[in-house]
Amino acid sequence: MQGKPARQQAVFLPERHCMPEENKGPEPVSPSPEGAKAPAETSPQVKSDTPAAKTAPATAAKTEEAKPTAAKAGEGAKPTAPATPKPAVPAAAKAAPAKPAGPVPEPWKCELVESLRKQYGSGIREASTYVGQKYLVVDSGITFEVLRRMRDDENYDYCVDITAVHWPKREQPFDLIYILYSFPQNERVRIKTQIAEGQPMQSAVNLWPTANWLEREVFDMFGIVFEGHPDLKRILLPDGWHGHPLRKDYNILQQDQEWVHINLGIESAQ
Amino acid sequence: MSDGKFNRPDLLDLDTKEETFLDTTEMVLNMGPQHPSTHGVLRVILKLDGEKVLGTECIIGYLHRGVEKIAENRTYAMFNPYVDRMDYVAAVSNGLGYCEAVEKLLAVEAPPRAQYIRVLMTELCRIASHQVWLGTHALDIGALTPVFYAFRDREEILKIFEKYCGARLTTHAFRIGGCIYETYEGFEQDVKVFCEKFLPKLDEYEELLTTNRIWVGRTKGVGILAAEDCIALGVTGPVLRASGVEWDLRKKQPYEAYSKFQFDIPTGLNGDTYDRYLVRIQEMRQSVRILQQAIEDIPSGPIMAKVPKVIKPALGEVYHSIEAPKGELGYYIVSDGSTQPYRVRVRPPSFVNLQALDKMVHGMLVADVVAVIGTLDIVLGEVDR
Repeated sequence: MQGKPARQQAVFLPERHCMPEENKGPEPVSPSPEGAKAPAETSPQVKSDTPAAKTAPATAAKTEEAKPTAAKAGEGAKPTAPATPKPAVPAAAKAAPAKPAGPVPEPWKCELVESLRKQYGSGIREASTYVGQKYLVVDSGITFEVLRRMRDDENYDYCVDITAVHWPKREQPFDLIYILYSFPQNERVRIKTQIAEGQPMQSAVNLWPTANWLEREVFDMFGIVFEGHPDLKRILLPDGWHGHPLRKDYNILQQDQEWVHINLGIESAQ
Repeated sequence: MSDGKFNRPDLLDLDTKEETFLDTTEMVLNMGPQHPSTHGVLRVILKLDGEKVLGTECIIGYLHRGVEKIAENRTYAMFNPYVDRMDYVAAVSNGLGYCEAVEKLLAVEAPPRAQYIRVLMTELCRIASHQVWLGTHALDIGALTPVFYAFRDREEILKIFEKYCGARLTTHAFRIGGCIYETYEGFEQDVKVFCEKFLPKLDEYEELLTTNRIWVGRTKGVGILAAEDCIALGVTGPVLRASGVEWDLRKKQPYEAYSKFQFDIPTGLNGDTYDRYLVRIQEMRQSVRILQQAIEDIPSGPIMAKVPKVIKPALGEVYHSIEAPKGELGYYIVSDGSTQPYRVRVRPPSFVNLQALDKMVHGMLVADVVAVIGTLDIVLGEVDR
């Protein structure tokens, strides 16, 4: 307990999220959409990005390990473009035994994807599997339609989770992820969409009542607004709180000083 | 009361009673957050008509510690102990889910011996978790004895945990890539002895409750949740199975060594509190079956896969879920290729299951709210994270 500041320095790494623009490079969320379009510029940027991103003292010594891994990820992004998973195999096989070979997203081909593509065209931006897990990236405008279709026609009757990821440098900074499961088919699929700051999404509560609290949590943590939600308010944080903690620009030590002062009668809750 | 009506139950007319004693105005009552039957700091706002519940609203977040935010500021290995603090009565399951999710991201698999150790520990943990549920649930309803029995026998499991990894509750038993601790000398014997002794103890619990008139009266037909409601509300685990859906991730999407064991998925018929009680009791029996099989064929060999010292998964994201004692516990991890996870989302079974409370207690009595909170088996550390 002796060195509280020292402990903070050792473990809290807030600067990680304040990296300069060029370090952030391409958004790594779904390796393929950007990676598939411009594989040539993806891989070098990833390479230069990773060592620079190092802030943890423990990892600094291991910088050289980072390069091959990142390079492999970059290599992995290339073969996805021609839609043949074959080139990915040697990349995985090349991996030194001690190092994790970066798995590569592979195109997901099935009737469902075909018919979705037929109906929505380019609205279905990507259909891939990554380490055997299926996901669709769809336009935000048709997300609700796709969700409804998944529930009604494809038997995805159980909404496992709704969550979001914040990519502050991106034009549409939020990934919204719906994880669906089908009891009859025993299959899980993720529907992802990208939305802009302040862009409202249609609530899925009418499709799955479980979305109620899940969407409230996304609203609480990210500030994403769901239209048509019966009771959209904060769920884990108190009602009067300012800020959305799981956004990347919300520092881990940050808090709503005013709220803490008024409601707890103390200067700081840290 | 002075007219002696209560001595003649056959004369008691509930409808006129309500008119005489209670006006029909709605009353709003706060239950918790400091209420022993809410199992932590859950606040339920009850809208009542007399003793009848018209609606509920759960206020949660009192235990919010920002686990998901912490994850983004820790390395993969450093975050591992934190997950134990979510569902603190089933810490081993939390750790298993997290380690497996990261392993999936790294494309490594724990060696067979580690998988068996993991199964053994997780099943012991499932029994321990169900014992906490049984004791507290029965205590809430007014049966005082089971809590002493359940906690007495749970102690044996905690002793095994302590011998194995030094901790009783927040165990941090597993590491990414396998287990860090080899089993101690006499571990097999301890588990065998526990299984032998525990089965008759389970019968003891059942003797106390299963045919107990008060217990049956307080649980049968209380908090009914139909299978389609369960699915619509995303409810999983024993609550879903008690509604008659035979769904267990250990069978449906086997992880670790679970595909090698023979066990059944107990299901209920009516989806009421009594069925959920029976399902959990049966689950403990099935866990003992798994333990007995696992301890017989536990292979020898390494317990740790080859995992780099510095864990740096490639760009990508993964969702992995396991069957925790409370239901589907999922981890959605996004890696940006650095040493720290870019995002860790925990899909907590308690949080999602608690949402069903309103549906389950609608039109029931206040006393049933206590029974239903108990039967949902929530842990507020996991609800609030």
